Amino acid sequence: MGFNWPFIILHGLILILLPPLLPGLIAKIKAVAVGRRGPSCFQLYFDLVKLFRKGAVYSRTTSAIFRLAPLISVSALFTAGWLLPVLGPVPIAFAGDMILFAYLLALARFFTLLAALDTGSSFEGMGASREATFGAFSELTFFMGFAVLAVARHTLSLGAMLQLEGVRAPLQPGLYFLFVAFFFLLLSENSRIPVDDPNTHLELTMIHEVLILDYSGPDLALVFYGASLKLFLYCIVAASLLWPAGINWGAWGLLALAAKVLGMVIAIGCVESALARLKLMLVPQVLIANFAVTVVVFLVAFIGKGF
Amino acid sequence: MFWVVVSLIAFAATSVLCGIPGLSPRVKIVTSTSGVILGSLLGIVPTAQVLSSSQSITFTLAWDFIDLPLQMALDPLSAFFLLVTLGLAVVVAIYAWGYLSEEPHLVRTLPFFPLLIGSMELVLIAANGFWFLVAWEVMSLASFFLVVTEHDKREVRHAGWVFLIATHLGTAFLLLFFVILSSHSGSMGYDSFRSLHGLPSATASFLFILALVGFGTKAGIYPFHTWLPHAHPAAPTYISALMSGVMIKTGIYGLLRAVTFLGIPAFWWGGLLVILGVISALLGVLNALMQHDLKRLLAYHSVENIGIIVIGIGLALLGSSTGQPTLVYWGLAGALFHALNHSIFKGALFLAAGGVLQRTHTLNMDRLGGLIRLMPLTASCFLVAAAAICGLPPLNGFFSEWVLYVGLFKTTQLGGGWLTTLTILGLLGLAFAGGLAVACFAKAMGVVFLGEPRHAYLHPPRELRASMLAALAILTLLSVGIGIFPVAALKVVLPAVQMCLPAPLPSSVGQFLAALQTVNRVVLLLIGIFILLGLTYLRLFRGKSIRRSVTWDCGYYAPNARMQYSASSFAEPFGYFFLPLLGLERRMEGLAGYFPSRASFHEQARDVAEERLFVPLFSALASLMARVRAIQHSRVQGYLIMIFAALFFLLFWEVWFGF
Repeated sequence: MGFNWPFIILHGLILILLPPLLPGLIAKIKAVAVGRRGPSCFQLYFDLVKLFRKGAVYSRTTSAIFRLAPLISVSALFTAGWLLPVLGPVPIAFAGDMILFAYLLALARFFTLLAALDTGSSFEGMGASREATFGAFSELTFFMGFAVLAVARHTLSLGAMLQLEGVRAPLQPGLYFLFVAFFFLLLSENSRIPVDDPNTHLELTMIHEVLILDYSGPDLALVFYGASLKLFLYCIVAASLLWPAGINWGAWGLLALAAKVLGMVIAIGCVESALARLKLMLVPQVLIANFAVTVVVFLVAFIGKGF
Repeated sequence: MFWVVVSLIAFAATSVLCGIPGLSPRVKIVTSTSGVILGSLLGIVPTAQVLSSSQSITFTLAWDFIDLPLQMALDPLSAFFLLVTLGLAVVVAIYAWGYLSEEPHLVRTLPFFPLLIGSMELVLIAANGFWFLVAWEVMSLASFFLVVTEHDKREVRHAGWVFLIATHLGTAFLLLFFVILSSHSGSMGYDSFRSLHGLPSATASFLFILALVGFGTKAGIYPFHTWLPHAHPAAPTYISALMSGVMIKTGIYGLLRAVTFLGIPAFWWGGLLVILGVISALLGVLNALMQHDLKRLLAYHSVENIGIIVIGIGLALLGSSTGQPTLVYWGLAGALFHALNHSIFKGALFLAAGGVLQRTHTLNMDRLGGLIRLMPLTASCFLVAAAAICGLPPLNGFFSEWVLYVGLFKTTQLGGGWLTTLTILGLLGLAFAGGLAVACFAKAMGVVFLGEPRHAYLHPPRELRASMLAALAILTLLSVGIGIFPVAALKVVLPAVQMCLPAPLPSSVGQFLAALQTVNRVVLLLIGIFILLGLTYLRLFRGKSIRRSVTWDCGYYAPNARMQYSASSFAEPFGYFFLPLLGLERRMEGLAGYFPSRASFHEQARDVAEERLFVPLFSALASLMARVRAIQHSRVQGYLIMIFAALFFLLFWEVWFGF
């Protein structure tokens, strides 16, 4: 098959360059919401450049896994990025690619957990344990959501599920609920409020920040980039539920992408400004409730199709 | 078939040779391992023939004195399982060479090692119910003797006892299964079973339940799994690997074989299997998460993986009963492929765990830690196998789970109320079990191999012996190799799948392989991206300073290794959330008074199926039997009366009901 090289290069460039903008934008929105000026939107880019220039300090306890983990995580997330309709068309699509997508995210999580345990710190162990727990509960929502889309859109490909072409099943009301479920999934998987607070360093409440406590220099840069890439991927999935990508958008895809990212970022910023963090043991319950929402959506899609 | 018979003879001869009293342990080890390797390689020759040509080989030896011909057949299904069994046997024998050299006290049950493999071979190639049961019993007894190798330990004797009872109860169901089946067909031969058309549906369903309980006990389907977490930790490591890797698969083989006798399956059979599979997968992995003993953890994980395989078989039965051969294809391909993969990574995990036991003399995870710096090669093999068992790309476990997922998603789309409900259940079960498996193996790898030792090792552990490492490396490379060339590995699986189909499906084979090839390409892309990123990363570090320091301790004054997160603390959130399902037993001695001196915390996960189902059941049975014992009063007159009464009863029976 012929490759549309300009499109592929553009897709790759977006995956590499755009994600670090997201955390900056969210921070800006949160700052504006409480009347502060806040750091620049491009703060993460500055941080990344600075960190990539530095050397690194490793704990004597750590092994090669500690250094491998960010590389593996970023590779897995970056590969997952090729399965999504970022600009409209999908670079790689095949039946069953959503399973690969989910397992690539699981691969990234597995190595993040191992790296945390590799340091032998009880703080990082605690973060790993929580991340593992919430991650396991998230899988339920994830796969139930895919099942809804698979039934409603009659496809087994993530790209087609999130694109306009294909049969539009009577799923419209359900879609909003599905969006809510995926949005909460986004918040929990990316360690945002109300599951985790990305701004608290060194508190027992946090998950993601504590997992990466021992990273420094280029490794930390990779971890930061990986986290922003993951946030970006989830934003694309969630936003495309409400506004599916068109396959023939062409250059308009860029504008749509900007609108989607901006919309998602504003939504996250508003949630973070308005809510407080949940009590830790409530999180699995909320995740289960979230799963229940997808089950309801499934019933809607199921009955709507009149099986 | 010649080669199979020769390999059986090789196993028998090795077994007898090892049984000669007075031989030195060294000689026994060399004889048994080389005999097992030789026999297995001989047995693999015909499986390659059968799998490449898809032609069955049969062999019948009729006796004059009794009407029980020795029927053997090697069809693609048998050949597939035989290949997996003997393949793992070769690796395990290589491992056993080094392993037993350091553990001479384990040599006493060595004759049963070739016997176990030979009997498994016979189980797989028997084409007659009678000989199948004979082989099955030899297999059970051989593995019993191997489990109780260290019978001087109390828990080992208990494990052996549990195993013996479980396996014989299972066999009782199988005995009934074959007797009823042969009473309908008039012979014990598989060919006569297969030509049985139009079994009454009630009989067929009853037979299915018998087979499910009988073979499910061997396979370790929840709630018949209770012997696994006892027997696997008790057995010597090379035997645990063999039992978990391939012996429990004979249960899967038996279930598949039994289903081929029973005609078109009823819809609820597949449904029941999917539900049981989901329960096994979830409760297996949840129990595994709660364990502190590495081998027990792995044993529970076998329950999970058997659950995954059973979901696939259930999907196949659903497809078969609703007349959709595509589902049969995807379900069976997933199940058998996962069986192959499971024997590879579970074998590697058990062998690595055995290495840890040999070097540290404990499997209590809360006393281990930091082994990656002392045993880097073992740790790397464990890491790869752990990632593979979680189904992570680019390793082999991912591909079999992917096949199952796609099969389930396809069924969901087909529609039909129950079909969709069941497959959604299967999907969610697989997904949640996958998430929990990641947690479980992050814990196993992290607590045992990473961090700091939680306990000072008396003798600093060294790397394993070369032969043990070689065995581990073979399995690890297979795991990676199948991940990179999954299509090639499926060449082994697909003939067996084709055989179980009602009609050959040439079109779906093409589709199936094409789909797999696409996933494979993306997985290769992942590897490519990783290599590229790794090279960039290395360049980035050129000329940079790298310092070593302590782990950031958040300013705490005197952190020590015992403050690390332990196996129990890692799993605590799951224990909190799933308390009713896990039967956690906790004892806490808290701090009290102004000058507290002692505090202790003890946690143990009890098996709910064992505690709530089997213990009450067996104690009720025991009290019932105690009443029956009243007639056992050791007086000759009493027994004579009983014999007389029995004869009298039979006489009347014959008069009233006879011809």
